[in-house]
Amino acid sequence: MAHSKLNFRSLGLALALAAAFAVSACANKPQDSMASAGAATPGSQQDFVVNVGDRVFFESDSTELTDQSRATLEKQAQWLRQYSNYAFTVEGHADERGTREYNIALGARRAQTVREYLTARGIQASRMRTVSYGKERPVAVCNDISCWSQNRRAVTVLGVTS
Amino acid sequence: MLFDRRRLLLGASAVAGSLAGLNARPAAAQTKLDVTQGTVQPMPIALPDFVGGSGAADGEIGRGVTQVISGNLKRSGLFAPIDPAAYIERIANIDAMPRFPDWRTINAQALVTGRITRQADGRLKTEFRLWDVFQSQQLAGQQYFTGSDNWRRIAHIISDAIYERLTGEKGYFDSRVVFVDESGPKDRRVKRLAIMDQDGANVRYLTRGDDLVLTPRFSPSTQEITYMSFGQRDPRVVLLNIETGQREIVGNFSGMSFSPRFSPDGQRVIMSLQQGAHSNIYVLDLRSKAMTRLTETPAIDTAPSYSPDGARICFESDRGGRQQIYVMASSGGAAQRISFGEGSYSTPVWSPRGDAIAFTKQGGGRFSIGIMRPDGQGERILTEGYHNEGPTFAPNGRVVMFFREPGGAAGPSLYTVDLTGRNEQKVQTPGFASDPAWSPLLS
Repeated sequence: MAHSKLNFRSLGLALALAAAFAVSACANKPQDSMASAGAATPGSQQDFVVNVGDRVFFESDSTELTDQSRATLEKQAQWLRQYSNYAFTVEGHADERGTREYNIALGARRAQTVREYLTARGIQASRMRTVSYGKERPVAVCNDISCWSQNRRAVTVLGVTS
Repeated sequence: MLFDRRRLLLGASAVAGSLAGLNARPAAAQTKLDVTQGTVQPMPIALPDFVGGSGAADGEIGRGVTQVISGNLKRSGLFAPIDPAAYIERIANIDAMPRFPDWRTINAQALVTGRITRQADGRLKTEFRLWDVFQSQQLAGQQYFTGSDNWRRIAHIISDAIYERLTGEKGYFDSRVVFVDESGPKDRRVKRLAIMDQDGANVRYLTRGDDLVLTPRFSPSTQEITYMSFGQRDPRVVLLNIETGQREIVGNFSGMSFSPRFSPDGQRVIMSLQQGAHSNIYVLDLRSKAMTRLTETPAIDTAPSYSPDGARICFESDRGGRQQIYVMASSGGAAQRISFGEGSYSTPVWSPRGDAIAFTKQGGGRFSIGIMRPDGQGERILTEGYHNEGPTFAPNGRVVMFFREPGGAAGPSLYTVDLTGRNEQKVQTPGFASDPAWSPLLS
């Protein structure tokens, strides 16, 4: 598990880079961003990904939120209340250990679970949309549990500021 | 425009005519293959190259037609084409009786002879005769006129005629497969709709890969495809006319629509609609655009498939906990669970013969392809492994195509297996391939 966590950390960082790059369109070199990832500008997408955590994970074939997931979503809700200019999409995903149509529906269920949690924490439903990618967009590629557990996820993707 | 099926049909079967028989003796007990038995000894069959034509190009076509027929029959597992090196008689004129003792000597039970003739207008006339070697008589004879670029189509039609005459079952070779072509790394996989002949030839791409596309299915007319597409907003069910390239998003619902499939009369599309955490099954009337809800459960109901008479629908649901297969009337209402084995069952698809439902079965970390009768009895696993998924029936219901994922960074491939489970074959595709759907017979 320690190994998979390490993988996830580095992946999260890569995502943070991509996000920072896409939004600011500034001249920052990727290396510069990496060096300053921990000290992301408060309220930036990078801040959300690195300091809050943009994703929660699920057990196999489950849509239940774990304690850790709830803790992450609490932080997400707090951040999203503070920076209320962001609209966002909750993306639901499944691992490859299921059939295609079912995984599409399972990913939708996971996204819906997160949506309902954030709504209950006071985030306006109008800021949120959900989408499911089923098993179509894995972040980790291998055929064992270390990858599957990273792929069973719901990711809160910040969109354009309103 | 991707291809013109009407022209093809006109060029091929519409002008087919039968060849006069050349019978040496009255019909007696004929060579016939009983495909209803569990084990079938493949029938030795001789297929010398089709003769004639004018010039090297026509000779190539003659050889090509023979190879396509031979490949079809061999892949079916029911026939064993004999190595041409063993042939004694060299067929020069298909209107003369073959020297049957020469063919008996090499143990051929059936013999196919054929001829290509270039017409004054540039078209090709393709003739074939099917012979019963032991009875010394002609079993079938047909001629077809076609543009020379349609010779593969003719070869498939002839393959079906041979298959049908020798097995008593309809063939399945003059058919196509729509599938999802996959390229690029797994975490950024590009998926394109593609269509090909059932033997893997003539691959054409129907989408460019900009949008993620999944689960294509043929309309009964084979002119249209319905599939799931991820555009800019919610994923949607799309109808694509493969002749005109015209695309239409089906319906206007909030939430995603997915897992579409045509009704046997082509008038309706059945699909799943996601509403919140649940997915239920709806049917859309393509003319009136009326949408009717068929299931109402706090569950995932998906992968619906009609019985060939259109009266019933099989689908998967996790309403009882795990995914299982259910059958209900096509008007909705109460559903009967039919899968009760260990593990979970999904992606049910009704055989065109009506007598079987194929499925993906999951358990113990394995994904198998199996069939059961529509009442759930007689379950048989046809193939199992790390990950097999998504069966689709050949038009005659005797062969199932599916995709197999090796796991890890590699990608899926298409396979066929017959209903005995003994004859498994890889289908050649240009790249990784998944989500196959077999068309009905084209003619």
